Amino acid sequence: MTDISPTPAAMPRTHGLSGSLLTESPLMKSRNAAEARFRSYGIAAIVVALLTLAIMLFTILRDGTSAFFQATLSYPVLIDGAIVDKGGKADPAEMAKVTTISYARLLGDSLIKHLADKGIAVEGMTPKEVTDMISKDAPARLRDQVLADPSLVGKTINVNAFVGGRIDGYMKGRLTRESSANDSNVTPRQLDMADKMIEAGILRSKFNWSFVTAPDASDLRPEAAGLGVALIGTLYMMFLVLIFTLPIGVAASIYLEEFAPKNWFTDLIEVNISNLAAVPSIVFGILGLAIFINFAGLPASAPLVGALVITLMTLPTIIIATRASIRAVPPSIRDAALGVGASKMQTVFHHVLPLAMPGILTGTILGLASAIGETGPLLLIGMVAFVTNYPAGPLDGGFLDPASALPVQVYSWASRSDPAFIERSSGAIIVLLILLVIMNVSAILLRRRFERRW
Amino acid sequence: MSVGILSLIILALAVAGFFLGRSRALQSVQGDPRKLHSLPVYYGQTVFLFTAVPALLLMAAWLVVQPLVIDARIVGQLGPEVAADPSAATLAMEDVQRIASGLDALQAAAGLSNDEMRKMRADLSDIRGRMADVGVALGAEVNPKIFEMAKDFRDMQRGGALMMTLAVLLAAVAGFVWSVLRIKADFRARNVSETFVRWVLIVSAGVAILTTVGIVMSLATETIRFFSIYPASEFFFGLTWNPQFRGGSDLGLIPLLWGTMYITLVSMIVAVPIGIFAAIYTAEYATPRVRSVVKPLIEVIAGIPTVVFGLFALVTVGPFLRDYFAQPLGLGNSGSSVMTAGLVIGILNIPFISSLADDIINAVPQSMRDGSYGLGATKSETIRKVVLPAALPGIVGAILLAASRAIGETMIVTMGAGASAKLDLNPFEAMTTITVKIVGQLTGDLTFDSPETLVAFALGSTLFVITLALNIFALWIVRKYREQYE
Repeated sequence: MTDISPTPAAMPRTHGLSGSLLTESPLMKSRNAAEARFRSYGIAAIVVALLTLAIMLFTILRDGTSAFFQATLSYPVLIDGAIVDKGGKADPAEMAKVTTISYARLLGDSLIKHLADKGIAVEGMTPKEVTDMISKDAPARLRDQVLADPSLVGKTINVNAFVGGRIDGYMKGRLTRESSANDSNVTPRQLDMADKMIEAGILRSKFNWSFVTAPDASDLRPEAAGLGVALIGTLYMMFLVLIFTLPIGVAASIYLEEFAPKNWFTDLIEVNISNLAAVPSIVFGILGLAIFINFAGLPASAPLVGALVITLMTLPTIIIATRASIRAVPPSIRDAALGVGASKMQTVFHHVLPLAMPGILTGTILGLASAIGETGPLLLIGMVAFVTNYPAGPLDGGFLDPASALPVQVYSWASRSDPAFIERSSGAIIVLLILLVIMNVSAILLRRRFERRW
Repeated sequence: MSVGILSLIILALAVAGFFLGRSRALQSVQGDPRKLHSLPVYYGQTVFLFTAVPALLLMAAWLVVQPLVIDARIVGQLGPEVAADPSAATLAMEDVQRIASGLDALQAAAGLSNDEMRKMRADLSDIRGRMADVGVALGAEVNPKIFEMAKDFRDMQRGGALMMTLAVLLAAVAGFVWSVLRIKADFRARNVSETFVRWVLIVSAGVAILTTVGIVMSLATETIRFFSIYPASEFFFGLTWNPQFRGGSDLGLIPLLWGTMYITLVSMIVAVPIGIFAAIYTAEYATPRVRSVVKPLIEVIAGIPTVVFGLFALVTVGPFLRDYFAQPLGLGNSGSSVMTAGLVIGILNIPFISSLADDIINAVPQSMRDGSYGLGATKSETIRKVVLPAALPGIVGAILLAASRAIGETMIVTMGAGASAKLDLNPFEAMTTITVKIVGQLTGDLTFDSPETLVAFALGSTLFVITLALNIFALWIVRKYREQYE
């Protein structure tokens, strides 16, 4: 390029090239407009993605927080010995023969008496309508309370009893007078009564611990349904998954990264791990059903089976994360250890593994966090069953008792017809998300605290 | 003795062995570790490993094999004509197991000894009534022959458990004694224990292979059984899906496959543009600060369990689409629809596509961009004409992986797509997918000899093959068309 054309003006002028740099040519204008458009597409994409996330979290929080509060009646009840302890011997075995029906009568009569004392009445309301406002679950709870402490007999105690799901829905605004007009489970007079009770301070919304601790309840008693069994099931499963995956995952990663020779066997393992990571989770459910339940005869709905299925599912993810953190340990560490006479095994276990440990733990926690929300495979191994008994302790064979799991509970509540269960379902999601946040934050903190750059 | 306690005993024995082995090694050289071949801990380690590992492996194997052996023996007692017919044998086994578990409950409730249980007879005492008292419902009157077998079954189980405890403890003690006796000053403890550990590592790595073998076996055997009672051509080419629990079902794959593909298509239409544009923005335009905020936020979407998306589809997206799109347009009034499920799966797949595409765009060398800027191209022209073509194979791979995830997605379609299998073009109509039907056919009470249950395994095999093929294809594309820079 030695001879520069002496007369630039003589060059054939392509269209749009104006002489001035200060005014935009039409072509440049459209190119810049295209640039701005392209950029705004990117911003729009991100805004859409984050907006949907925000909407989703917002709706769940809006629907779910009310699950932690429950409309509760508080009024004094005289635990009448003539009803609950006919023999008068305060013998728990004897008292256990008194059914919840008697307690229901006790609760109902006391409520009517209390309302009469306070002078609260609704025109034309029958006593049955009043007593029907109390949850079907309240008598059972009172019975448990009295059986646990027989000295209460003869005393007047202040009872906190849930009201039925419809009244609760009315207080939370889920149910209005119009929408309940054709509802056979609630009458307008009951709603009037609820309004008066709120005024008198008998009926209040209270924080409801039993949502987290109580077991599931049937379709007719949404107010009593809780997450207790599901929470225990999830904790059992996560514990088992941790003790299954961590040793196997670390051992497999060490072998593949540090010892594996390049041959068909290790190639086969590599291919298997990467393919297993992409197999749909439901296929692991089929595997669990066919092998663990059908072939090995383990009980359905058991946390152990769930844990085995989830272990197989998360192992590939954990192996991939573990291998990455083992690979991140610089070779100089290994060379130094080998140089001072350590064996290969000593090098790995005394030097490489401790240095890779924070990364391994972070990867494991993140793997567990993604496993905790897994639902599909658990449906297949029967964890969707309706379980109202807590599983036994871990050493009493509790891992084999039927249990539920948090995400499965979300699903089974969402598929029930009463809208009160949608609230419960969202509440369960909040608990699940809190668990996830805790796990992720601890993984991030762990990484921050121990991360080393070489 | 329960498995948990047994393992704790073995571990305790192994830990004791560790200390014994170490001190014995030191004793053999009068406390002078320099005369030992290996460091003292390695002597302890060999005892630990030889005590614990073989015993625990034996226990695991025993737990798997024992039910099979007992089943075979019970079926053998039923006589050759029952043993030859698998479905009759399964039915008889179920009866035996139900009665046996009833007997367990009865024993626990009444506090009877094993001898008293042994003497119980079906034709003398009212077994059915007594079992109903403890909460075990038996269908018909108890057949004395089956009842005797249930008692045998219980005895065998108890005997098996006892034998397992003895055998496992024996294995642990034998490993303990043998490895302790081997300890001498010139015993090459480090080499022995390292070889042992190496084998443990290899076996652990083999779990991945075992899992694949397990998946393929469980799918293949049941699928073959399904095709032996239901013609394969009708399954693969049948246009109706209509399972009947009395038999005579139509189990055609095509409507399910259509639903799956339609939903996947909708989800990709949502996820691909949003994901790729988000990736372009974070990789090319965003300042480091914006990037460090936006990228993790988008990835939060990937960390949310799918059942949460399912509820979102069921409660929010479905009714919204129905009230504002489907009903005004006269396209139907179903909350669960292809559109609902497709949109929500699309949202779920955004972070998957965007983070993969982001990595790929970042891997395009800066020199190519600089060259393009040097020629006077604007930033967007550079991205469209230079960066994206260079990143295309990787992006196509990412899209295929996302499609395979959409095909295998279960919870969102179970809660958002509906359950009616039909061949329709209207996206606001409820349709169903392969995964929904797998869940539908395999939850609840199962009998493993009807085509209605076994079809789930054939569906699972189909799903497995489709997703596997997509993944392999994706990897192949990435490998084949990847530009090699530098």
